[in-house]
Amino acid sequence: MNLPAASVMETPAANAALLEVRSIEKRFGRREVLKRLSLNIGAGEFLTMLGESGSGKTTLLRLIAGFEQPTSGEIWMAGERLDTLPPYKRRVNTVFQNYALFPHLSVQENVAYGLRVGKISKTELAERVTAALQMVKMLEYAAARPAKLSGGQQQRVALARALINRPKLLLLDEPLSALDANLRKQMQGELKSLQRQLGITFLFVTHDQEEAMALSDRIALLKAGVLEQIASPREIYSRPVTAYTAEFIGQTNLLHAELRDGVAVCGALRWRPNLSTPIAPLKNGPVLFSLRPEAIMFASSTLPADSARFRAKIHQQLYGGATEMLELDCGAGQLLRARIPARAALTGEYDFAFLPSDAIPVREGA
Amino acid sequence: MYSRLYKSLVSIPPLLWVSVFLLLPYALMLVHSFWLVRDGILVHDWNLQNYLKVVQNPVYASVLFRTVRIAASVTLLSLLLGYPLAYYLSFHAGPRKELLYQLVIVPLWVSYLVRGYAWKTILGSDGVLNGFLHYAHITNEPVAFFLYSPFAVVLMLTHIYTPFVFLPIYASLEHIPRPLLEASQDLGATPRATFFRVILPLSMPGLLAGATFAFVLSLGDFLAPLLVGGPSSTMIANIVQSLFGSAYDWPLGAAISVCILVLTISLLVFSERLEKRWAFK
Repeated sequence: MNLPAASVMETPAANAALLEVRSIEKRFGRREVLKRLSLNIGAGEFLTMLGESGSGKTTLLRLIAGFEQPTSGEIWMAGERLDTLPPYKRRVNTVFQNYALFPHLSVQENVAYGLRVGKISKTELAERVTAALQMVKMLEYAAARPAKLSGGQQQRVALARALINRPKLLLLDEPLSALDANLRKQMQGELKSLQRQLGITFLFVTHDQEEAMALSDRIALLKAGVLEQIASPREIYSRPVTAYTAEFIGQTNLLHAELRDGVAVCGALRWRPNLSTPIAPLKNGPVLFSLRPEAIMFASSTLPADSARFRAKIHQQLYGGATEMLELDCGAGQLLRARIPARAALTGEYDFAFLPSDAIPVREGA
Repeated sequence: MYSRLYKSLVSIPPLLWVSVFLLLPYALMLVHSFWLVRDGILVHDWNLQNYLKVVQNPVYASVLFRTVRIAASVTLLSLLLGYPLAYYLSFHAGPRKELLYQLVIVPLWVSYLVRGYAWKTILGSDGVLNGFLHYAHITNEPVAFFLYSPFAVVLMLTHIYTPFVFLPIYASLEHIPRPLLEASQDLGATPRATFFRVILPLSMPGLLAGATFAFVLSLGDFLAPLLVGGPSSTMIANIVQSLFGSAYDWPLGAAISVCILVLTISLLVFSERLEKRWAFK
C-alpha cells in the first residue's frame, strides 16, 4: 500500500463533549476487548456504536454504565471522573437489551424505582411517574405486571424507567433487537423524536447499520475493539475511510486499482481519480477504491467528459422494487454491482459509467 | 399423542402406591381416632372422647406448644444460616460454587442417626465440646445443658434441616436474571437497596418453601428429642410414638396425629398460597 496509515478523520461534535472516553483498555483474561479506545460524545448528541458481535461495543457501554471496570484508561463526564464511581452514583441510565424490568413490580412501580431509591417527596414521585408513563403512552397499563405486556410495551416501560432520573446520558443496549421489523421501524421513529424533545444525550448500541444510519447524529464503527471510523451517517457512507467501513455500511465494490501517472486501472476500468484526497495524496502504485453500486449508471452523452466508461455484460438482475441490483460482468472474471432505478429486464452488453469522484480511496483493514 | 390406554396404564402404579401406602393408612388413622381402648382392648365404639382429651389435657397443649416453639426456632435458625449461605454461593462464590454446593449437599447422604449420635458425642458431659472448654480453662465442670435439652434438639434439627432450607433458596436466587441487579444499580440503588428491593422479594418463593420444609419436618420429628433431647424436650411426635407403643392407646395417638396432620396441611396450603403470591412468571 502506498497510502500511509493516516489518522481517522476527526469530525468535531456539535457541542462541547459531555462524555470523554480516554484511551480505554479492557481485557477479560487474555482477551483484549477494547484497545486503547478514545471517544467524545457531545451534549445532546445521538451517537451510535455500531459493530459486529465481539467488536466491543457492549463492553464499552457497560464500562460507561459502571458494570465493568476498565483495565486502563479513564472515562469523564461533564468534567467529573466517572469510571471510579459505582454504577448507582453515575448520572447515566441504561435501557437493557431484554429490558430487565422487575417482574415483581407493576409498570408504575418499575418506572418509580429510580425515584424510590432516592429521596423525593411522594407527590413529586407520583407526578413524575405519571408524566413518564404519559410520555411513552403507557399510562393505561400503570398497574399491569411486565409479564402481561408485549415486547414493544415493555420497551416503552424500560425507556420511561431509564429516563425518570433525568440522566445526562442514556445508554441503549440494542434496545430494538427483540422487536419484529415493523415495530422496530416505529420505535426507531419514537426514539428519535423523544431524544430531540428531551435533549438527552443518547449512546445507542446496535449491530444493525440501517438502524444506525436512520437514528444517529454520528456513528462510531467498532471493529475488534478499535474505532474504525466515527462520523455522521452521510459522511461515513459517502466517505468511508477503510475498506471495512465501506463494506459494513451499505454495499460497495472494492476496486484493487493500480495508479500510474494519475490514471487508476482496475481490470476493465480506467479513470483519473482526484489525487488530493482527504486521507492523503495518492501516489503511484496499488490503491484500493470503494465504488458504491448506485454510483454506477448507464453511460449517456450528458455525463461529464472525465467520467469513467466501460462495457459490461448483465450477469444477473435482482429486482428490489424501486431499484434493482445488477451484477455486471466486465470480462476476465471482474464482477461489479450496480444499483439502478428499476426498469425492464435486461440482457446482453451495455455501456456503463461512473464519476471518478465517486470512487473513494480507502485503506485496507486496520 | 398418547392413547388413553397408555395413559391409564402409566398412571395405575403411582395411583396404587398412593392409595395403599398413603390414603389407606390415613383413612385407618382417621377411623381409629374415633374408637376407644377399654381394659386394654380396642373397641369399635364411635365417639369424640379422644379429641376431647387432646383439648382438655394441658400436657398435650404444652407439648404441642413446645413442639411449635422448637420447630419455629429451627426454622428461624436454618433460615439465618441457609439464606446467607445460598446468597454467597449464588452471587459471590465464583469458580468455587460447584464445590461448595456439593459440600452443602453431602451431609444429606449421611444417615440421620449417625448425625444424631455425632451430636451426642459432641455435646455430652465428656464430649468434645465440654472437653475443649475444660482444656481451654473456660469451664471447670462439664456443662450439663448442652445435651438432653431443647437447646440440643434445636441444634441438631437446625444442622439437619439447613440444607433443606438452603436448596430452594439457592434455586430461587440462581433464577434471578442478573441484568435485574444491574438495572437496580443503574437506577441508583445501593447494593443494600438492591438486596431488599429486588433480590429478597424475588427469592421469597424459595425462602417460603425452605421455611415450610424446616418447620414441617421439625414439627413431626421424634428422633432428635429421643437422641439428644431428654424429658424436658419431649415433642408431640414422641407422645404419639409412646401412645402407639408402650401406652397402647392407638385411638388417642390417632387423634393427636390427625390434629398434627390438619395443622401441617393447613400450613402447606397457606405457604403455597403465599408462594403463588410471590411468583411472577
